[in-house]
Amino acid sequence: MKAAKGTVFKYGDNVDTDVIIPARYLNSSDPAELATHCMEDIDKDFVSKVQKGDIMVATKNFGCGSSREHAPIAIKAAGVSCVIAETFARIFYRNAINIGLPIVECPEAAKDIEAGDVVEVNFDTGVITDVTKGTTYKGQAFPEFMQKIIAAEGLVNYINGK
Amino acid sequence: MGMTMTQKILAAHAGLEKVEAGQLIEANLDLVLGNDITSPVAIKEMEKMKVDGVFDKDKIALVPDHFVPNKDIKSAEHCKCVREFAYRNEITNYFEVGEMGIEHALLPEKGLTVAGDVIIGADSHTCTYGALGAFSTGVGSTDMAAGMATGKAWFKVPSAIKFNIVGKPNKWVSGKDVILHIIGMIGVDGALYKSMEFVGEGIKNLTMDDRFTIANMAIEAGGKNGIFPVDDLAIAYMKEHSKKNYTIYEADEDAVYDAEYTIDLSTLRPTIAFPHLPENTKTIDEIKEDIKIDQVVIGSCTNGRLDDLRIAAEVLKGRHVAKGMRCIVIPATQTIYMQAMEEGLLKTFIEAGAVVSTPTCGPCLGGYMGILAAGERCVSTTNRNFVGRMGHIDSEIYLASPAVAAASAVTGKISCPCQLA
Repeated sequence: MKAAKGTVFKYGDNVDTDVIIPARYLNSSDPAELATHCMEDIDKDFVSKVQKGDIMVATKNFGCGSSREHAPIAIKAAGVSCVIAETFARIFYRNAINIGLPIVECPEAAKDIEAGDVVEVNFDTGVITDVTKGTTYKGQAFPEFMQKIIAAEGLVNYINGK
Repeated sequence: MGMTMTQKILAAHAGLEKVEAGQLIEANLDLVLGNDITSPVAIKEMEKMKVDGVFDKDKIALVPDHFVPNKDIKSAEHCKCVREFAYRNEITNYFEVGEMGIEHALLPEKGLTVAGDVIIGADSHTCTYGALGAFSTGVGSTDMAAGMATGKAWFKVPSAIKFNIVGKPNKWVSGKDVILHIIGMIGVDGALYKSMEFVGEGIKNLTMDDRFTIANMAIEAGGKNGIFPVDDLAIAYMKEHSKKNYTIYEADEDAVYDAEYTIDLSTLRPTIAFPHLPENTKTIDEIKEDIKIDQVVIGSCTNGRLDDLRIAAEVLKGRHVAKGMRCIVIPATQTIYMQAMEEGLLKTFIEAGAVVSTPTCGPCLGGYMGILAAGERCVSTTNRNFVGRMGHIDSEIYLASPAVAAASAVTGKISCPCQLA
């Protein structure tokens, strides 16, 4: 799996799916349209600043709240290559894997990394490198079963390939 | 080492004698649920799969409830997509406007969720059916698609937290106060990835509607599911509503829990979650200042059931909502609506100056039917008070029971019925 490298957008605890993609936009399921409203209620400049490949870092319970798959879809369609957090809410965790948005749990990295840092994530080794600070962290590796789903770029392809 | 109630249900559905926390399993599903927001995405994903239709047309429930009756053209297109899929696949349990209700009130009422089932739903509050002793959990649209196609889902077997419920609640204390108290105690990620298993002699003092409310908000503590033992009350409910066979599972005596708490219902007070997290709780006695409010919502999958409406009507009977207050009452299903009408509850609401809506999730998630403007405050019986959840990002939501919501509508500030003249 290709490594992710980009500039960090940093958020705090309990970033919920209502701020990731507000329900007022859920009358659409088009990824490109959802991406234009991603993080709007917590960081109105995110959409204008995010570049393809950028990385999102947050502390605990990222993606809590509703089951809307529109949340990881919007983040992925906005160009984000990986989300690093101390912990993820469980439905968001499943959804991200199922749609092929790479996510990594790593409490130390989630605490230390700051907004604007350039970060690289190697998914094969689970190593996270903060290029700006010159620090490295070991992220939680996925169980083999989930690696297969991610390698297939999502659950649909995984099922089709079985 | 024994298994928890949840682990026993999962083991049986995975064809295994024993499972343990952390184990990855594939389980057979008894029901797969979706709504008008999540199903269109699932349908699109399912169409990419190399499958010939759904695994079982009787084990899928499609309930358009979030933005119906259609709030705009885009919502209408989503509902049309769900409707056409349902007809094309001859889905038995598709519920059109007129027969639908808010999904988590509707499915138990229709007898589709019973003890021992494994249920996934593309809606986070699918955990509601744990009140009947089922394992049920929220998933996303892709999991729903795979569930509809294969009748299976993968799970990581959860560990559990045990809540020993004792005592009897005082007047004006209901299931909502119990779950808000628990979330205040353990936090919005206090049960992350875990089961919340409720046990104890105090459960007999909780009505089925109280239990639905408690299980419903397990997700607000990060829980994978919330589950109650199957007692006489639960059995009576299933016999009244369902023709399905149910199976009673009980936790082993030597089951291991990550943590255990005792909740004494007799000590609980009306509890309110302040903005912007369900864990920011205060009891009514801890609120010293006047918190003026603009709107009250009584409804949702959390608190739109008949008990909830009866309590709200008991408070509003012979009283009137405060000048300038908008009080919106939303019975969760058509049957509840009808019962509320026959009992005269709707008359009480209308005479008190409230409005009564057709079943919809509408305002709970800031869809429609009660959006908040900048600076406005709402006391709501719903389940989330995140930033912007019900409208403008500068609005505020206070989560509370139907009793507190109704009393607050009368006074125009956060109040308990015990404070009314």
